[in-house]
Amino acid sequence: MSSYVTNRMLHSAISMVGLIILVFFLSRLTGNPSDLYLPIDTPADVRAAFSKANGFDDPLLIQFQHFVVNLFRFDFGTSLRQERPVLTLVLDAFPTSLMLAAAAMTLAMVVAIVAGALAARSPNGVLDRFVNILSLAGASLPNFWLALVSVLVFAVWLRWLPTSGPGGPSHWVLPVVVLAVRPCGLIAQVVRGAMITALSSAYVKTARAKGVRTRSIVFVHALRNAMLPIITVAGDQATGMINGAVVIEMIFGFPGIGRLMMESIQYRDFAVIQGGVIVTAAAIFALNIVIDLAYALLDPRIKHA
Amino acid sequence: MTMTAPPIVSSAEPSSLRVSLGLLWRDKFACVAVLFLLAVAFAAIFGPWLLGASATKINLMARNAPPLSMHLGWHYILGADALGRSILLRVIVGAQNTMMLAGCAVVISLLVGSILGFIAGFRNDWTSSLVLRLADILMSFPSLLLAMIVLYVLSPGLTNVILVLAITRIPIYLRTTRAEVLEIRERTFVTAARVMGASPWRIVWRHIRPTVTPTLVTIATLEFAFVMLSESSLSFLGLGIQAPEFTWGAMVAQGQSYLGTAWWVAFWPGLAITLTAMSLNLLANWVRIASDPVQRWRLESRKRTNG
Repeated sequence: MSSYVTNRMLHSAISMVGLIILVFFLSRLTGNPSDLYLPIDTPADVRAAFSKANGFDDPLLIQFQHFVVNLFRFDFGTSLRQERPVLTLVLDAFPTSLMLAAAAMTLAMVVAIVAGALAARSPNGVLDRFVNILSLAGASLPNFWLALVSVLVFAVWLRWLPTSGPGGPSHWVLPVVVLAVRPCGLIAQVVRGAMITALSSAYVKTARAKGVRTRSIVFVHALRNAMLPIITVAGDQATGMINGAVVIEMIFGFPGIGRLMMESIQYRDFAVIQGGVIVTAAAIFALNIVIDLAYALLDPRIKHA
Repeated sequence: MTMTAPPIVSSAEPSSLRVSLGLLWRDKFACVAVLFLLAVAFAAIFGPWLLGASATKINLMARNAPPLSMHLGWHYILGADALGRSILLRVIVGAQNTMMLAGCAVVISLLVGSILGFIAGFRNDWTSSLVLRLADILMSFPSLLLAMIVLYVLSPGLTNVILVLAITRIPIYLRTTRAEVLEIRERTFVTAARVMGASPWRIVWRHIRPTVTPTLVTIATLEFAFVMLSESSLSFLGLGIQAPEFTWGAMVAQGQSYLGTAWWVAFWPGLAITLTAMSLNLLANWVRIASDPVQRWRLESRKRTNG
C-alpha cells in the first residue's frame, strides 16, 4: 500500500513539475506586460526601467531560474496588477472556490447516490427511466446557460434569490446548485449502473434471504461495493469542478480562484497565473491522494496489490 | 407501428442495418434523439448555404423583438437579437461552426489518442510510460483553464480552438485504448495469430482494432457532447471562435447583456446546445446497450410490451 501511494505521489509530482514548466513558458509567450501597463507614448528609458524592475529584461531561462529558486522559499512573487504578494491573493481567493466546489460536490453526491440507488432497485421501472432521463439532461446542460436561465427565473422574475455577488447563504444557493447539476447527472448514471450490478450479486440475495430490510440492503450492503466506480467518477468530476467554477465565478461575481485566473490571463499578470496554477494543481494532487486512500479503505484487496 | 408481416420469424437472416433500426425503433427516446441529430446535421451542412445571407441581415425595426413576432416575418418566431437578426436563422446557421469545431476536435483526438494508445499498449515498454506520463500532465489540470491559458497565448481562431480542444481530450482515448489493447493482446486468438506468423501490424489492424472500435465509438459520441459544451464555455468566455463567425456558445454570451430585457437572445442557442448534447448522450447510451449482448435483451424484450 505504501509503495502504491509513494508511486502515485511520484507520478503526481512529475506531472506538477511538467505543468509548472508549461505554464511558465506559455504565459511568457503572451507578450511583454510593459506594453499593457505603460501608456503608448512612454519613453524608451522608462519602459526599460519598468522591464528591469520587474525582471522582464533577463533571458527567459534566468527568469525561470529565479522563479524556481523563489518557489522553494514559498515566494510566488508579486502581482503586477494589484501590487500585492501573489500568495496573499491566491490564498484570499482559494477558500471561496473551495467552499463553492465542496458544497456543490456534496450536494451532487448526495442527490446522485440517493436517486441512482432508488432507480437501480427496479431497472427499467418508471422511477428508473425518470432518473435516467433526468440525469442525462443534467449531464448535458451547459452550466453558463443554466446559470443565466436560473438567474433570470429565480432572481429577476421571482425575486427569491439575489442575482450575484458574495454574501449571505442566499447568495450561495444559485451558484452551488448550478455547479452541482452536471456532476450530479454524470455521477447518478454511474451510481445506477454500479448499483444494478451490485444488487444482482449473490451476497445481496443472501442478505435478502436472511430477511434484511430492503433499505438496509440498498444503502449498506450494495452501496459499499458500488462505491469504487462512484469514487472514480466523483474524483474526475471534482477535478473538473475547477472548470465549472471559472464560469460560475465569472457569472455570479464570486471572488474565487477561477475569476482571479481569468483576470490575470487578460492582464498578463504572470506571477498570479503561475501561483494560481500551482495552488490548483496542489489541491488536485491532494485530492488524488485522498481518493487513493478512499479506495484502499473501501476495498482492502488494493492494499496487497 | 403497424405490422403487415406475419408475426412468424422468417428463416432468412435480416440485414444488420434492419436489426439495428428495429432496435432503435423500440427505444423511443433514442429514436427522437437520432431524428434531432439528423435535423442538426442537416442544418449544419445546408444552413449557411441556404440561409447564410438572411441570418446576418440587420433589421433595426426588429431590435430585440420578442418571440412570436410573426408580423415581422415567419423567421422571427423565436425573436430577434439586439441588431434585429432572426434568432431562429442564426441558431440554424450557427450549427455549422458548432458542429464543425466539436467534430474536428473529436476526430483529431480520437485518431491521435487511439494511435498512441495502440503503441503504448502493444509495446508496453519505455514508450508506454513516456506517453502515459504526458497524458498524466494533461489530465492533472482542469482542461478549460489550460485551454484558456493556451488560447490567450495563441490568439483564439478556428484552428487553435480545435487544436486546444483536441489536445486536452487525447488522454481519454489513449488510456482506454491502451487498457483494452493490453487485455486483448493476451487473448488466445491473438496468440494464435502470432503463432501463425502474422506481423505486428496485421495483428493490430486485423485482430485487435475491430475489438476496440465499438468502445472507442461510444466514447467518441460522449466526447462529442463534452467537447461541444467545452467549446461553448470557451466561446462564452470570449476565447472561442471570433466574430463575425459565431457558434451557439458565442450567441449565449452575446445575449448575456440583454438578459433582463430580452431573455430569448441567450435562451434559444443554449437550448440548442442542451438538446444536441442530450441527444448525443442518449444515442451513446443506446449504442452501448445495443452493442452489448448482455444488455441487448432489454431492448429486444420491449417488442412484446410495445408491439
